[in-house]
Amino acid sequence: MESSYSMECKDGTAKIVLTGRLDAASAPKFQEKLRELSAQKISNLVFFAKDLEYISSAGLRVIIFAKQKLGADAKLYLIGAPAAVLNVIKMSGLDNFMIVQDQYPG
Amino acid sequence: MHRIDSHPTHKHAKFDLRVGKPLPFGATIVPGGVNFSVFSRHAASCELVLFRKHEPQPYAVIPFPDEFRIGNVFTMVVFDLDYEELEYGFRMDGPFRPQEGHRFDKTKILMDPYAKAIGGRDVWGKIPDWNNVYPHRARIVYDDFDWEGDHPLENPIEDLIIYEMHVRGFTRHPSSGVKHPGTFASIREKIPYLKNLGVNCVELMPIHEFDEFENSRISPVNGERLMNYWGYSNVGFFAPKAGFAATGKFGMQVDEVKALIKELHKNGIEVILDVVFNHTAEGNERGPYISYRGIDNKTYYILTPEGYYYNFSGCGNTLNCNNPIVRNMILDCLRYWAADYHVDGFRFDLASILGRDQNGAPMHSPPLLETLAFDPILGKCKLIAEAWDAGGLYQVGSFPSWGRWAEWNGKFRDDVRKFLKGDEGALGGMAQRLQGSPDLYQSENRGSRASINFITAHDGFTLMDLVSYNGKHNEANGENNSDGGSDNLSWNCGWEGPSTDEGVRRLRAKQIKNAAALLLASHGTPMILAGDEMGNTQGGNNNAYCQDNELSWIDWRLLKENDELFQFFRKMIAFRKEHPALRCIDLLNRGNSSGYPCLSWHGQKAWNCDWSAESRCLAMMLCESGALAGRPNDMFLYVAMNMHWDMHGFELPVLPGGLAWHVFANTDMRPPHDIWEVGQEKAAENQGEFLVGPRSIVLLTGKPRT
Repeated sequence: MESSYSMECKDGTAKIVLTGRLDAASAPKFQEKLRELSAQKISNLVFFAKDLEYISSAGLRVIIFAKQKLGADAKLYLIGAPAAVLNVIKMSGLDNFMIVQDQYPG
Repeated sequence: MHRIDSHPTHKHAKFDLRVGKPLPFGATIVPGGVNFSVFSRHAASCELVLFRKHEPQPYAVIPFPDEFRIGNVFTMVVFDLDYEELEYGFRMDGPFRPQEGHRFDKTKILMDPYAKAIGGRDVWGKIPDWNNVYPHRARIVYDDFDWEGDHPLENPIEDLIIYEMHVRGFTRHPSSGVKHPGTFASIREKIPYLKNLGVNCVELMPIHEFDEFENSRISPVNGERLMNYWGYSNVGFFAPKAGFAATGKFGMQVDEVKALIKELHKNGIEVILDVVFNHTAEGNERGPYISYRGIDNKTYYILTPEGYYYNFSGCGNTLNCNNPIVRNMILDCLRYWAADYHVDGFRFDLASILGRDQNGAPMHSPPLLETLAFDPILGKCKLIAEAWDAGGLYQVGSFPSWGRWAEWNGKFRDDVRKFLKGDEGALGGMAQRLQGSPDLYQSENRGSRASINFITAHDGFTLMDLVSYNGKHNEANGENNSDGGSDNLSWNCGWEGPSTDEGVRRLRAKQIKNAAALLLASHGTPMILAGDEMGNTQGGNNNAYCQDNELSWIDWRLLKENDELFQFFRKMIAFRKEHPALRCIDLLNRGNSSGYPCLSWHGQKAWNCDWSAESRCLAMMLCESGALAGRPNDMFLYVAMNMHWDMHGFELPVLPGGLAWHVFANTDMRPPHDIWEVGQEKAAENQGEFLVGPRSIVLLTGKPRT
């Protein structure tokens, strides 16, 4: 599957749909995309990950980096991530950074 | 902005290159590429070998152009590499003249000594491809973990209660009830347990990358595969053991370790790493080429005049720790773990080797130990030496310290064990150990801060085995029971091994509580072997280094079965935390308002201890000043120890008016009357004398009558 990221922003909530692979090869492009958010006031950052096949540490870092940029008050959601993706996030302890849910809003 | 120094100047095949920066050593991500830098004094040339992750053959070999060598360092930037999918190594060409110390072999692919992550043993125990041209593969780590303001805890060492654990053995047993048994991730799951027990520091047995298949073989006794389970044999010093990480198969072990340390810190628990700088996994002249041997054998190892390997470690070779290059590597390594992993301290395995010169002779002021003592980045790290080596150097009490180094106090272990089993003439030694071993550490004003007290450690019997076996039972190790120490100072309480006899079982439980009381009431920093608090056994094996099975894994079912032991440990730990007089490093210099000595010795008669060889009765009284403890009034602590097989009356010292003796613990009693919650001590019926049962310890507090 082609990796792609679509994004829409409304009322302080940014919704991003992730598909395909998010790894070192695709992460820079993704990070560039997220940079668009830095000009706006975002309080909820929502990643829809149902069609995300694979996330590597480089991919995770982009997500965590985005959260850092937005500040401690912003909430980061990971929605509908497949078990394989979720497992990696939990085992490495990076799930502390985000709210993991099946649906948005939960 | 594009910096001018981020543009390639050279090309090799499809790779863009430019001369790199010699420092830092290793592989570093730089704008547009990766900077590689590796030292070799004696190599004539060097090649960079690149693999895609897990692929059997390299996809590129890039020679370092001669103009890319700076002094003895080969350095090069390679542009446009996919660092996540990359594994890299070096090939070095140079002389093969073992009698001169050189063993170059340009066909071998060598791991970077500074590799921050190492692939090849990603999943514990998975049989590797023995024909792999490059079995332990350097990988690149992107260093951007979010610590969220975390900081090493920097607690005073005397306030620590250290808990020594094997990462895998702690939760590998099916009874542990964790999601990913045997991993860093599952220690995170057990943090509530550690907090409940009350320990505030975990000491992790080696977590640097090692090869669990080193010397792997099948046990002749039970047919189990024996492995290098403990891991005291480094492949790389900078990389965490991938096979200990639940995420090892995804190459995310670095994150997993950092997440663990961050979470432990959040819960007030420090992390000390057991580091092994005395030798490497390359063994002697018959061992494999992993890295150091092929990069610069003569620099990295201590060699005999004929070019063979000295074996002060008992493991085939000896790292040349006081060669300036190796010294710097060790320093870089410790700084990396302190700065990038927020580690709180280090325990140095066979640390006396670190004080030997390049010919193996012990030095008066070893430069490496001095460097570590004064290093600014390690300035708040705990430095703990195992102050002996396998070459016969024994430095407990005399390890060069500059006031910075603490020691595993082997004398504490031995003296407490003798006292515990009722040996003659053990009183004097026990008294020294209780007050922080001034006989060992008073010189140079080191004080009790230098003493890490322990009765058991990974090396030797567990506490349950110490009271269940007279001799070691290491047959399953496949060495005819010749391995492991034979002088264990243990006593089986009347029956060798497991027993159904109620009397034997009671006595063992009591002896374990006695040990816990002695350990936690002594000055110096106590260390508990993980599992001792629930009576974990290794079936009498006192050297379980190769036993990756139920023999060595902690059996969590014992927690329920031996709840009384757990409760005793838990309450003793709380007692120690409550009473600064048990931890204070200068108690004898502290005054109090009661006019009593801060520390005094007693026996069956108050103020009059019988120190003769036949005596097995000793009592210690501490006057804890209110100022020290933050209380309005002074408080008294009294520890009565009767290691004789008969009951004895102990005359109690008279307390200042208004105070009365209260019982905190009495190991002769069955639960729940063996120990109370801190602050819930019960007033003693007889304030003049206490009858202390056979082989029993009583702890009293002197406080206002409640």
